[in-house]
Amino acid sequence: MSGAASTLRHGPGHGARYQDNPATRESPWVRRLLLGLGLSFFALFLVLPLLAVFTEALRKGWDVYLAALIEPDAISAVKLTLLAALISVPLNVVFGVSAAWAIAKHDFRGKQLLITFIDLPFSISPVVAGLIYVLIFGAQGWFGPWLAEHDIKIIFAVPGIVLATLFVTFPFVARELIPLMQAQGRDEEEAATVLGASGWQTFWHVTLPNIKWGLLYGVILCNARAFGEFGAVSVVSGHIRGMTNTLPLHVEILYNEYQFAAAFAVASLLALLALVTLGLKQFVEWQASRSHRSEA
Amino acid sequence: MNTSLAAHASLPAAPAKPPKRRRVLPGFAPTLGFTLFYLSLLVLIPLAAVFLKSAGHGWEAFWDAATSPRVLASYRLSFGAAVLAALINVVFGLILAWSLVRYEFPGKKLVDALIDLPFALPTAVAGIALTALYAPNGWLGEWLVPHGIKVAFTPLGVLVALIFIGLPFVVRTVQPVLEDMETELEEAAASLGAHRWQTFRYVVLPTLTPALLTGFALAFARAVGEYGSVIFIAGNIPMVSEITPLMIISKLEQYDYVGATAIATVMLAFSFTLLLAINGLQAWSARRNGIEGRKP
Repeated sequence: MSGAASTLRHGPGHGARYQDNPATRESPWVRRLLLGLGLSFFALFLVLPLLAVFTEALRKGWDVYLAALIEPDAISAVKLTLLAALISVPLNVVFGVSAAWAIAKHDFRGKQLLITFIDLPFSISPVVAGLIYVLIFGAQGWFGPWLAEHDIKIIFAVPGIVLATLFVTFPFVARELIPLMQAQGRDEEEAATVLGASGWQTFWHVTLPNIKWGLLYGVILCNARAFGEFGAVSVVSGHIRGMTNTLPLHVEILYNEYQFAAAFAVASLLALLALVTLGLKQFVEWQASRSHRSEA
Repeated sequence: MNTSLAAHASLPAAPAKPPKRRRVLPGFAPTLGFTLFYLSLLVLIPLAAVFLKSAGHGWEAFWDAATSPRVLASYRLSFGAAVLAALINVVFGLILAWSLVRYEFPGKKLVDALIDLPFALPTAVAGIALTALYAPNGWLGEWLVPHGIKVAFTPLGVLVALIFIGLPFVVRTVQPVLEDMETELEEAAASLGAHRWQTFRYVVLPTLTPALLTGFALAFARAVGEYGSVIFIAGNIPMVSEITPLMIISKLEQYDYVGATAIATVMLAFSFTLLLAINGLQAWSARRNGIEGRKP
């Protein structure tokens, strides 16, 4: 259940109800000390790195910044990153929905084991995730000779990057939907079925409206990881410029060539995307808690 | 669930529920079938490849590769820094979660949203940003290096990157438990004459322990396998600041598939163990909160 740290929540509650109650109130100096410690830690480890990305990106001015973003290698990295996400996110959505339907709406033996297996990619090092595909499809791997004979390239080519992205983004949607659909129970679906709705009708008109915010939340997280994956993709990519470079790999190459301004320019694009992701997450949380309240 | 109970209660002579639930909802076989197929193809069979390959090379080759001095040094760094980073995150994660739930301060919503930044920001971006901050000419390096504290390109840098990457886990596992916690126990403790610290130590902390442990385990698991954010700041000096995932990459670059597979096997065995521990912890946490934390 390693995804538990990222499941759909409702924003922070109001702290005043604790501070108005003498039994749950700390003395002012303890409160100030805790807030000071917490917020300094927050500023040091989260705010400063984020600011550093944008400052470093603009250090040599807007011209260098824009030039780094429109050079051909950067454009092809953007295209490959989009392609990998466009393939892996929908596939993992289909998987997530079908796994959640099987797990949450039915009883069978070994359910807990299945959930543990679905969690596996969360707890495995991304480097190991890349390696497993090299061991199967690489030149030394199980299918290596056969693939070479038929002139099919998977490792050090686009299919390998898609596979690695699929693996690391595998649990996001399923992990979001399984607890949500389990909590919602089966009564509404059972009623629809008894009234004569087909399986698809039940799903489209009963289940989907109930899970839409959770599903969207899973898609947002899945997509962010697909855009940003580094370790797994790095192992299978072979770093061929203009061919098998995703945006994070492009950042690494520029950085290792001491083109710091360009590296941070591309990195700032990814950082902006991360901020958009966080904004969307906030929006979905807000919508979910609103529809939750209107139901209650 | 609640609606069905209410419906049953309103019937004067509701028939007893059959002991075994009949399968009403359609789509079990195709969704479970697809789930198992997709899971096996993408995750289980490729993971099995690592163990089979590793076994195929023989015990001696495995042992030599998995316990060479450079690899042993990398285990010490990866596991040591990961434990330390997770411990630091337990302390500050608890303080941050406490501040977000119990206090009001300006910008609280923004802080709450930005806590998830390490989930959304690509690891390579985090890596170069932290390096820029702590390098001798960076914002923080400028201050620290003259005082003899070198962070970038030392094991301390690895620790900093791992703290960043694990930061959200403890906050996000503790925060919901704190929010659900009733204040009555604290009120009872206060009315019986307990100091605030005693109340925290003997009433609040035991309730939070499972969530803190889960957060620790999640942050630890993530940190051990982390690659992207670490390699830039680590400096990657053999025997000093090389992490275990980097050892897999460097073996692969030398076409040493036996060595890479052996180290990956060690990391996988560790991931499986930790995943089981996390599942156990979360079951414990759910049981505990189910009894103590739910509103009537």
